[in-house]
Amino acid sequence: MAMEMRLPVARKPLSERLGRDTKKHLVVPGDTITTDTGFMRGHGTYMGEEKLIASVAGSVERVNKLICVKALKTRYIGEVGDIVVGRITEVQQKRWKVETNSRLDSVLLLSSMNLPGGELRRRSAEDELAMRGFLQEGDLISAEVQAVFSDGAVSLHTRSLKYGKDVDLSCPARTRHGFAPSSTHLLTYPEAHISQLGQGVLVQVSPSLVKRQKTHFHDLPCGASVILGNNGFIWIYPTPEHKEEEAGGFIANLEPVSLADREVISRLRNCIISLVTQRMMLYDTSILYCYEASLPHQIKDILKPEIMEEIVMETRQRLLEQEG
Amino acid sequence: MAGLELLSDQGYRVDGRRAGELRKIQARMGVFAQADGSAYIEQGNTKALAVVYGPHEIRGSRARALPDRALVNCQYSSATFSTGERKRRPHGDRKSCEMGLQLRQTFEAAILTQLHPRSQIDIYVQVLQADGGTYAACVNAATLAVLDAGIPMRDFVCACSAGFVDGTALADLSHVEEAAGGPQLALALLPASGQIALLEMDARLHEDHLERVLEAAAQAARDVHTLLDRVVRQHRAELRGGHRLVLGAGFPAADPAHLHVGERHGLHHGGGAVCGRRPCPGFCPGLRRPPQEVGGSASGLA
Repeated sequence: MAMEMRLPVARKPLSERLGRDTKKHLVVPGDTITTDTGFMRGHGTYMGEEKLIASVAGSVERVNKLICVKALKTRYIGEVGDIVVGRITEVQQKRWKVETNSRLDSVLLLSSMNLPGGELRRRSAEDELAMRGFLQEGDLISAEVQAVFSDGAVSLHTRSLKYGKDVDLSCPARTRHGFAPSSTHLLTYPEAHISQLGQGVLVQVSPSLVKRQKTHFHDLPCGASVILGNNGFIWIYPTPEHKEEEAGGFIANLEPVSLADREVISRLRNCIISLVTQRMMLYDTSILYCYEASLPHQIKDILKPEIMEEIVMETRQRLLEQEG
Repeated sequence: MAGLELLSDQGYRVDGRRAGELRKIQARMGVFAQADGSAYIEQGNTKALAVVYGPHEIRGSRARALPDRALVNCQYSSATFSTGERKRRPHGDRKSCEMGLQLRQTFEAAILTQLHPRSQIDIYVQVLQADGGTYAACVNAATLAVLDAGIPMRDFVCACSAGFVDGTALADLSHVEEAAGGPQLALALLPASGQIALLEMDARLHEDHLERVLEAAAQAARDVHTLLDRVVRQHRAELRGGHRLVLGAGFPAADPAHLHVGERHGLHHGGGAVCGRRPCPGFCPGLRRPPQEVGGSASGLA
């Protein structure tokens, strides 16, 4: 078997991005931002001895009278309406605890999950006992942020819908989000209107690199679909073929994924990692361009530093051309 | 040690430094991709690695959760190869626990824990090579790691050790100086306000000398602050520049047979007072080749 070894090299850093962030005022904790008491203090600052002092290392942002310091890297901070991908850590009495790379585990209430058959009724004791039948520890779900508690914990909801159509009458403006356990666990409700996505690959990146867009569910033309969670969890899965099919009748999608699909998914995963290493924002266009730029190379070569730079450079070029 | 004078008549110490001079400090942030924050520091021959996870939900016993603050959990460990003699140090032993407790007290004073109720912040420090001033190196590394993780702090926490020999206060003691048995003091300072986070001494020192030793330690800590500040800004400039490879454990290569040892030493470009001449052995052993030309011009915005 051929083995490849690399020796460490001192690499030349890419030249500074022109014009971006060079004017920003960078601070470290303990730095005085201003002594003017007219300003309101936002995140990343604290008041000490009549001065506004930074508490994180980052750039100062000022909006009218509000000053805040935005740190370079933080955990995910939930905002209402975000799509997140999370993993169930605990099954509690009337809720699930979901790990979403945030400061506290998120909460998915039993009442926030649609019942099978689309019924609208009060959750009973039997529903509580059947919770584990729905979601167990270790399952992956995609959900939307419904509310943020005062201590920063986030409350999620999964209003499961058929693809493209809005069945949930109580919130017509809701975008589609699915329920996507990745484990091999079977639902006991035969009429669950829950689209099971089954198998796929999860990539964990920093939340600051996921661009906010109108929709976070993308079906890429290369043959795979991707869910870009705002919390930095990215789920890549093979595009389900029968989208319009009624989800009455549960299908455990455990049939083996074809080699072609698996290659597409691996390539996408490596592309996402190379974009993240070069600190580029992730959205459907950038991922797609990166995928196309990587086609001449073998999948495992994409992670080599020089090929990574080349691919991302090309992606950056294409994105610039497209913009301007 | 008989026959070894810690301070010569001309005012030079064993390693050629002056009384108030620090050892060379090199540091790097963002060493591990999978942790929330990480940092590595070398103070002379003392090398320490700090990793921070958090703030995150409290694992284990829910009862430990504090309703109004975050819980800070520090663990110190010393590698078996860190001292002159290879010595196995089990995890729960007294010195590790004591150091962990001291680190916890230090960081509870500095981190703004009221902002993250019911959560936990884990700080793990490991000493890879101990040549005196291990507490100081641990605190400095942990400060950088906490900064890297984006956890709000009042200020940097900069630490340094100090001793007293022949009527002169020495700053930043090495192992030889510590082993000589004189009084030594460890100080952790919040430089901007001058507040002391932790002051520790377990030797006998006449109170007339305390003022001087304390001042020497404080001045050394402020010097450390200048250096750490520079490291943080440099790290941020690198991140903005858009190109930084970190140790590969976060994203394993798709092909396991492909050993990915290459890594750019964050400080070895352009030099400057913080850069060291020798590569730091833990992470970049070996050659430095001339950097490859990156084809095409680097465009601006992405």
